[in-house]
Amino acid sequence: MTMNLAAQINGVLAALILLTSFGLLASRRVYGLLHIFAWQGFFLSVSTAVVGYSAGLHHLYISAVLTLALKVFALPYILYVLIHKLKIRKEVEEMVNIPTTLLIGIALVIFSYHLTAPVRELSTLMTRSTLAVALATVMLGLLMMITRKKAITQIIGFLALENGLFFAATSATYGMPLVVELGVALDILIAAFIFGIFFFQIRTSFDSLDLKEMEKLKEED
Amino acid sequence: MTLLILLGVSVFSAILLAFVGDRKFAAELSILSSAVTFIASIFLAIDVYAGGPMLAGGDFFFVDAFNVYLVVLTAFVSTTTAIFSRRYMRFERSHGKVGKAGMRFYHAMFQLFIFAMLLALLTNNVGILWISMELATLSTVLLVSLYRTPSSIEAAWKYFILCGVGIAQALFGTVLLYFAAEKVLGEGSAALLWTNLSQVSGRLEPTVLSLAFVFFMVGYGTKVGLVPLHNWLPDAHAEGPTPISAVLSGLLLNVALYALVRCKVLVDGATHSHRAGYIMMAFGLLSLLVAAFSLLRQKDIKRMFSYSSIEHMGITTFAFGLGGQVATFGALLHMLVHSLTKSAIFFTAGHASQMHGSQDMDRIRGLIKGNPLVGWGMMFGVMAIVGMPPFGVFTSEFLILTATIKDAPFFAPFFLLGLIVAFAALFRKAMPMVFGPVPPHQTALKASHLPVIVHMVLMLALGLYLPGFLSNWFHSAAGLLK
Repeated sequence: MTMNLAAQINGVLAALILLTSFGLLASRRVYGLLHIFAWQGFFLSVSTAVVGYSAGLHHLYISAVLTLALKVFALPYILYVLIHKLKIRKEVEEMVNIPTTLLIGIALVIFSYHLTAPVRELSTLMTRSTLAVALATVMLGLLMMITRKKAITQIIGFLALENGLFFAATSATYGMPLVVELGVALDILIAAFIFGIFFFQIRTSFDSLDLKEMEKLKEED
Repeated sequence: MTLLILLGVSVFSAILLAFVGDRKFAAELSILSSAVTFIASIFLAIDVYAGGPMLAGGDFFFVDAFNVYLVVLTAFVSTTTAIFSRRYMRFERSHGKVGKAGMRFYHAMFQLFIFAMLLALLTNNVGILWISMELATLSTVLLVSLYRTPSSIEAAWKYFILCGVGIAQALFGTVLLYFAAEKVLGEGSAALLWTNLSQVSGRLEPTVLSLAFVFFMVGYGTKVGLVPLHNWLPDAHAEGPTPISAVLSGLLLNVALYALVRCKVLVDGATHSHRAGYIMMAFGLLSLLVAAFSLLRQKDIKRMFSYSSIEHMGITTFAFGLGGQVATFGALLHMLVHSLTKSAIFFTAGHASQMHGSQDMDRIRGLIKGNPLVGWGMMFGVMAIVGMPPFGVFTSEFLILTATIKDAPFFAPFFLLGLIVAFAALFRKAMPMVFGPVPPHQTALKASHLPVIVHMVLMLALGLYLPGFLSNWFHSAAGLLK
């Protein structure tokens, strides 16, 4: 595979990751969200493997496999089980309606391109144009966390944000050192268990996973 | 070897305590493990004091004057907190606020949390620094919701989400830092080692590093609790068990600030400007002012002292941003005295709310008559934290103020305003709680006095006399941070 072809494949994968981020914002069903999230993880994993192959960096294969195992299978499965067990309603409930969120999302993408412009000019790597996409994914994940009501959608937004970070690590720098990547993966796994426990705790004390109920802790006047 | 004991003991005892569970000697075991960690930290400090900065474990660990004093402080406060939590948690257990599984979880996670902080302080790898900061968050999230009340779960959820998102930004900053470093140092772990980075910081790309600093500031700044990223802090500190509030306020905020300062040194080296410092000064001053005015309207005792933590972290961040020998010296001293004072205050606040069955300040009355040591502990703690002489906080705040007047006189009035408002607010709230007759709903309590007394003595000693070795230490640390 020549560098050029790899760069093109990676460009396509970057576009697909961005597309799935918008898909997460546009989806109205919780199961749909899980599918899109799994696809995003899949594209991320393939992109990591492509970078690893074309640059001859074998440690990236390990992180590609880790991403595949964690983001495509383990996390969506855990979330699926939780949704099933807790009998969460299948519709996404939003605070800001979906078309508006998508428009804000477009603005965020433009902002990310603007912000990373100086960095992209410096980069000599074949994957440089993808840094903006990575930052956009982070921003869109944040947007999703802000504009959705349920705890479960907040978590998916958070995980999409982490996907963006992983993508930044591979696209801008050919992956972080392996120690760091393993540590990050471990942290995400622990976080997954913690939010699993949380869902049960929230469920038992609030009778719903709607974050609207959690507004007791405020400054009193 | 000392390093191995220092880090190993807390991990080992975390695992051991997970098996010991709710047995009688769990608390004593926790104290013992913290005490061993503390002794190891002193030996490490002696080594570093005699031999200067050193690398250990290949080049995985790096110890210099800046982090070793925080290591000693962390180990010390964790020991006194473990002593305090023995009686405190026994009371909570006997009043049914926490169950058997909860106690097992509490002891194991407490030690894991200490380990995460020590690792964050000692590691030489900026990536591992991030990982251990995240681990420190994750290990305390479920401790905040230990009592399973709706408000504690809400607080823990807020803590989890806000700090998770915040710290994700810091990871993005780390990626950008690696991106810049890799061009100079080549690929692999070497490009994330702080010792290597600080040597070549002048050759790192300034545009990338200034972008990275924004992410570091937002990321680690969230954990420091700087306004406007502070929303999680009062909730998490007020709703968790008191020993956890004490270590969160006293230690974790320091460690997060340590991470931020380490990153700032690199960014300063690359950009050859003071821009990062200005950003820190702005965040610091804003935190000081917002927190000082928020103090006025607090009703919950632990919530009030959490705001006071935001205020003091603001002061320290401001001083680090200001830079220069005097301000940095003041900031380092302030981290030390704030941590000692604040954890002592949380100890007494915890006992005070146990005596009255409530954290509501309107219900806490007549502490000195009810339990003189708790009452005077609270009184002296508040006097110390608002910066009255002869306590240590006065010395550090005075140093920072003089440096401000000299280098950035425009900020001095705002700085003073913040201090004065905080002084008035805390005093007005503390007086009625401490003096006056004993209310009928107050119950007697077997309090844990030793930790409070030890902290008070140290606070007083540091205010009256700064030992030579400590000031040498701060001087060399301040030199490192230039």
